[in-house]
Amino acid sequence: MNEIPEVIRTIPLNLYLYFSTALFCIGITGVLIRRNAIIIFMCIELMLNSVNLLLTAFSAYRSDPNGQIFVFFIMAVAAAEVAVGLAIIVMIYRNLRTTDINILNKLKW
Amino acid sequence: MQEFILPANNAEMTWVCLLIPLLPLIGFLINGLGNRKLPNGLAGLIGCATVIGSFLLSLYLFFGFEGYGNRPYTTDIFNWISVGALKIPFSFQIDQLSLVMLLLVTGVGSVIHIYSAGYMSHDENFGKFFSFLNLFVFSMLLLVMGSNYVMMFVGWEGVGLCSYLLIGFWNKVTPYNNAAKKAFIMNRIGDLGFLLGIFLIFITYGSVSYGEVFNQASQLSEVNDGVVIAITMLLFVGAMGKSAQLPLYTWLPDAMAGPTPVSALIHAATMVTAGIYMVIRSNVLYTLAPVTLEWVAIIGLATALFAATIGLFQNDIKKVLAYSTVSQLGYMFLALGVMAYSSSLFHVLTHAFFKALLFLGAGSVIHAMSGEQDLRKMGGLKKALPITFLTFLIGTLAISGIPPFAGFFSKDELLAHVFVHSKVMWAFGLLTSFMTAFYMFRLLYLAFFGEFRGTEDQRHHLHESPAVMTIPLIILAILSTIGGFMGLPAVFSENHMLGNFLSPIYELARRAVPSAFEANHLSHETEYILMAVSVGVAVVAIIMAYFIYGKKRTVPAEEGAALSPVHKLVYNKYYVDELYNALFVKPVMALSTGLYRFVEKGIIDPIVNGFGKVTLGGGRSLRFVQSGATGSYILLMVLGIALILLLNFII
Repeated sequence: MNEIPEVIRTIPLNLYLYFSTALFCIGITGVLIRRNAIIIFMCIELMLNSVNLLLTAFSAYRSDPNGQIFVFFIMAVAAAEVAVGLAIIVMIYRNLRTTDINILNKLKW
Repeated sequence: MQEFILPANNAEMTWVCLLIPLLPLIGFLINGLGNRKLPNGLAGLIGCATVIGSFLLSLYLFFGFEGYGNRPYTTDIFNWISVGALKIPFSFQIDQLSLVMLLLVTGVGSVIHIYSAGYMSHDENFGKFFSFLNLFVFSMLLLVMGSNYVMMFVGWEGVGLCSYLLIGFWNKVTPYNNAAKKAFIMNRIGDLGFLLGIFLIFITYGSVSYGEVFNQASQLSEVNDGVVIAITMLLFVGAMGKSAQLPLYTWLPDAMAGPTPVSALIHAATMVTAGIYMVIRSNVLYTLAPVTLEWVAIIGLATALFAATIGLFQNDIKKVLAYSTVSQLGYMFLALGVMAYSSSLFHVLTHAFFKALLFLGAGSVIHAMSGEQDLRKMGGLKKALPITFLTFLIGTLAISGIPPFAGFFSKDELLAHVFVHSKVMWAFGLLTSFMTAFYMFRLLYLAFFGEFRGTEDQRHHLHESPAVMTIPLIILAILSTIGGFMGLPAVFSENHMLGNFLSPIYELARRAVPSAFEANHLSHETEYILMAVSVGVAVVAIIMAYFIYGKKRTVPAEEGAALSPVHKLVYNKYYVDELYNALFVKPVMALSTGLYRFVEKGIIDPIVNGFGKVTLGGGRSLRFVQSGATGSYILLMVLGIALILLLNFII
């Protein structure tokens, strides 16, 4: 990977940066304003994806494969997390018939 | 440097030296750990056997000493403290002085241990008692065998601790606990002086080992050097506490609250003589400081006289003996003060025999009287307690200075030295001797002659003590009778066994100050006259006591009866306790109460409690942040991250 492929170079790095930032902010906003736990989960995925995208972009532009390898790891961890998280949410739904996080306040003092 | 003290090159000697203190320590551990599990018989057996074992080993050392070339030797056990220039080996020094003290401590200790087995047989804490006694013997052995001042200090503190533990042995009785505390605190005051003395020795001579210190002192220091005077004065403060001299003597009479064997072993025969041992051990330093010696003599004489007057009117059988002990200790210091070191040690030995005998005899009386100690309730015990009476009579004769009993020789020798030094001191010494004979025979007449004055119950209960108690009495009575022959006066024999034996330990002092050791022999006529005078004085005192308490059968006034002012003053021990109470105890109590009320309650407590309250309050208010609402947590988290990023951006 000594030089940057032509396809990638057609889009400048700045755009990747703007896009990822936008994606990340959408994710954060979603996490903050939505009340459905599943939607929040999806928003978290969105944030992770924005970071993945950024890593990949930097990796490609700097001709360094490390970033892309990290992305694989992040995906694997995210998948595992989703499996556990979804299981928890399903269990909560079964018990409470809701996934509204404003009702889920059992962890307080 | 150490030309007088050689290290022992003999493994056997090292083991013997090590075993002597180790045996009582083992006894202490066994009895102490197995206090409640061991049967009384076994506990007593272990307690006695360990001390007797030490005694036999001491005898072995004593008789082996000549074969070893009659030279002092040290045995290094291990390197104890090593910090910078300070190197303190854990080692024992065996010389003439420590041998004599060894035999005294283990010998009299054995006898008293055996006696205790009988005396304490009804006590529920029998094992505890023996473990404490063994610990005491261990500490005392460390004190006399150690080869440096620090080891002496460790033993010194150890015996103080045991004294405290044993005075308060019956710790369910508050006055006994108070007596124990009093003894402990008074001794601490003296110990401060002793400790400062040791520090000063180290600063001056760069070592605390006897050999090193004395060598340097004999070569470097001059007579009446300021530092040497300071050292000896400070050391003497320690001796004042431990050996109950004015003004630190009031703990000893109170110490009689402990079991009687304790009074005999610790507060008459061994521990209280530690001060005398220390002065004799430091004879080089003291010889170099005649100023201190003069003080020692004055304080000793004052104590002897003062305590003897108090002894005249005491009604508690043990209190009389206690004041007599204080008085006799004063005698010993008087002898030290006039540089009659050997005579002082001679009196330590004979005093240990007869005072232990008297105390154990008193214990036997108390045993027979079911715990009664008041002389006014006794009388006529002669018939019921024949062995106790006979041995007690021997002890009384010995302490009064009637020949040929032990006290006569030591007291006479001591007074002869005082006579050479100062005629006035000798006269006061004689007065003390007069009072001693008087109050001892007063005690004897009140307790053993006349009609029985106790209750009917006590009369029926009267009985001679068992053999385990009377045999020690007999042994001590024999020692009190013949003990004086180890130091015959010059008019009878040129060979003063004890004096000759001890003579080498003054070698360094003799080199440092040859003039102090110049023989000032009394002519034989003077010596005979002195002897006759002191015996005469004692006989007059005895006759007086006989007329007042024997023939007229006077019984001391009941408690609260009207007394003449002087009598009242003496009976109440010159109100010294009350004086100390007003001078020291009350102000300190007031000061601490004030500090408690204002500093502790007003300043320290609010600060400490304030910290606690702030923490608690902070926690209580922060608790509400923990709402459990997921949304707010996430919001906080995002805000936190944003803040960190922002800070990162700014800084």
